[in-house]
Amino acid sequence: MNYRTTEDIGLITGAKNLTAEKIRSAVHKVFSKEAGPRLKAYYNTCVRCGLCSQACHYFLSMDNDPSFSPVGKVKQTVWELLDPGKRITPDFIVNAAQIAYTECNLCRRCSMYCPFGIDTAYMITLVRRLCHLLGVTPQYIQDTAHSHASTMNQMWIKEDEWIDSLQWQEDEARDELPMLRIPIEKNGAEIFYSVIGPEPKFRSQLIYQAAVIMNVAQVDWTMPATPGWDNSDMAMYVGDYELMGRMKKIHFETALRLKCKKIVMGECGHAFRSVYDTGSRWLGWKEPPVPIIHAVQFYWDLLNEGKIRVGKKFEQPVTFHDPCNIVRGMGLHEKARDLVRAFCRDFVEMHPNREHNYCCCAGGGVINCGPPHKKTRVLGNKIKADQLRATGVPVVIAPCHNCHGGLEDILHHYKVDMQIKFLGDIIYECIDKTSVE
Amino acid sequence: MHQLYEFVSGPLAWIAWTVFIVGSLTRVVVLVTSTIEKDPVVVNYFSLKHALRSMVIWSIPFFPRSSRLNPVMTVVSFTFHICVILVPLFALGHIVLWEEFFGISFWALPDRITDIMTLMVIFGLIFFIIRRFSLKEVKYVSSWSDYMLPLLILAPFVTGYAAFHGWFNPQLMLILHIFSGEVLLMAIPFTRLVHMVFAPFTRAYTASEFGAVRHAKDW
Ligand code: SF4
Ligand code: SF4
Repeated sequence: MNYRTTEDIGLITGAKNLTAEKIRSAVHKVFSKEAGPRLKAYYNTCVRCGLCSQACHYFLSMDNDPSFSPVGKVKQTVWELLDPGKRITPDFIVNAAQIAYTECNLCRRCSMYCPFGIDTAYMITLVRRLCHLLGVTPQYIQDTAHSHASTMNQMWIKEDEWIDSLQWQEDEARDELPMLRIPIEKNGAEIFYSVIGPEPKFRSQLIYQAAVIMNVAQVDWTMPATPGWDNSDMAMYVGDYELMGRMKKIHFETALRLKCKKIVMGECGHAFRSVYDTGSRWLGWKEPPVPIIHAVQFYWDLLNEGKIRVGKKFEQPVTFHDPCNIVRGMGLHEKARDLVRAFCRDFVEMHPNREHNYCCCAGGGVINCGPPHKKTRVLGNKIKADQLRATGVPVVIAPCHNCHGGLEDILHHYKVDMQIKFLGDIIYECIDKTSVE
Repeated sequence: MHQLYEFVSGPLAWIAWTVFIVGSLTRVVVLVTSTIEKDPVVVNYFSLKHALRSMVIWSIPFFPRSSRLNPVMTVVSFTFHICVILVPLFALGHIVLWEEFFGISFWALPDRITDIMTLMVIFGLIFFIIRRFSLKEVKYVSSWSDYMLPLLILAPFVTGYAAFHGWFNPQLMLILHIFSGEVLLMAIPFTRLVHMVFAPFTRAYTASEFGAVRHAKDW
């Protein structure tokens, strides 16, 4: 049994409503009906060699504590749930929820270290699905899922507030570029630009910067005035796939309603995973119904098509953090590096990098589980702080919102003096804006 | 003794082979058909190109980063797996049996080489057992069956070695060798040894997702 239970009111009160019968039927539903045969194949194939351990930043950061290794986490959860003789108690579910939601980022690094390619992240998502069905979920992330359910965005933003934020950013940006527009509801625009809920809420300068880049590149783009503008997805991470389906559907439908040809999304990793992969699959699409590209790909295209040009180089030395969901999730690492090299004078790699980079420990919904679990994720990623410190540079570029949150916390805790930037920050600062001046 | 020999080398041998082949095939068929029925993503995103690429890469020692991080394990594991498959197939004593039972004849390993390879298997198994209880991340996830399995594999190799070298009672050793070999064969489809059958499938699926959908390497 786990010795490190953190107090989370969502887990504790959720567990109070459990009965043996509820647990039994939910376990049956998830592990016998919903789970694919690959679960059994993974279970039978895993030779318990422990080679996946070295992949996991939690394990490495927590002094090689075996209960934090990928296979160790599966042992404490999935193996027990698959054991027909095991009596599953509410306490067990609380512990399993804590492991699944807060001690695994679903970063999929461990699949690359297992000789059989066993997908531990998949098994952990099954545990989350079970906990969701049982109503034993961390309070903070559940709140964001509720927000998704009632407003179709993650941050309880009302429709008028959304439009206001766009117009406010447009206003601000017109001080800099007087002809700048943020086209809202433009029918037939080539590009539908979507962002995550926290952008209008806390990081509205990113909308400003994106608008500047779009205007400089003279892109035909639009943002919707209706729900469907938010591409983020905490329902996916809670295990509420029905809600995930609703959200992805409205997102695609909004792009289709505006007859846009392509969806471009801001610098967010988990949203990309949801829109490109998990959510679109849940809706039955093999490929997303409207082509979707991540900001990194978009900027790269703009640069290579000559639509944006480097005005000046970013002077400080930088390093680049590979976000799991767009690197192991989309292979955008080389394109990102092309951009970094184009816009920055001095680029230092951290090691290991690309597909082998360590996760920020915020992704997979872990940071969204809120303050009760912050300590675990900060202590669970000492290795990342060491990796960052070793580069010796003052700036790390991370094209993902979650990564920013996670890196900020570890830089602060381990006293590494570094600034975190989005690629958009750098590009905004360094592009040649003469085309619109 | 003679009767016992007749039994293990006759009917039991047929039973063991049948159980092994039918059992393994059944497991593969069940995995594949139930996947097609229940887990269509696996089929829809399957990419033969990426599957084969990944299998080739993972067959090259020190190519995947994982194997570079564990050089000793990599060397022992590759040697073990090569020997544990080649020795039973190509030992001179077995070549005779192939001919007798199935009418196929092929080239045999020289006795000296078989001897060395057998010792490699034994050494490998001892290494795995020691590793299992001395590395805390491995020990933590090991149950009694994980300690028993290496012993199950050890038995036919040790007894085969003893019989070949005329140690103890060679005839008894031979019987034990055949018997434990048959038990091992029958155990493959029903224990974790099934990884031998399933590995290509799990690898292929992960390779397809990594390679074809997510455009990333899986090694
Ligand atoms: S955090 Fe990443 S490496 Fe660790 S178990 Fe989860 S998916 Fe695997
Ligand atoms: S590396 Fe793979 S086979 Fe080994 S313990 Fe981890 S998941 Fe199991």
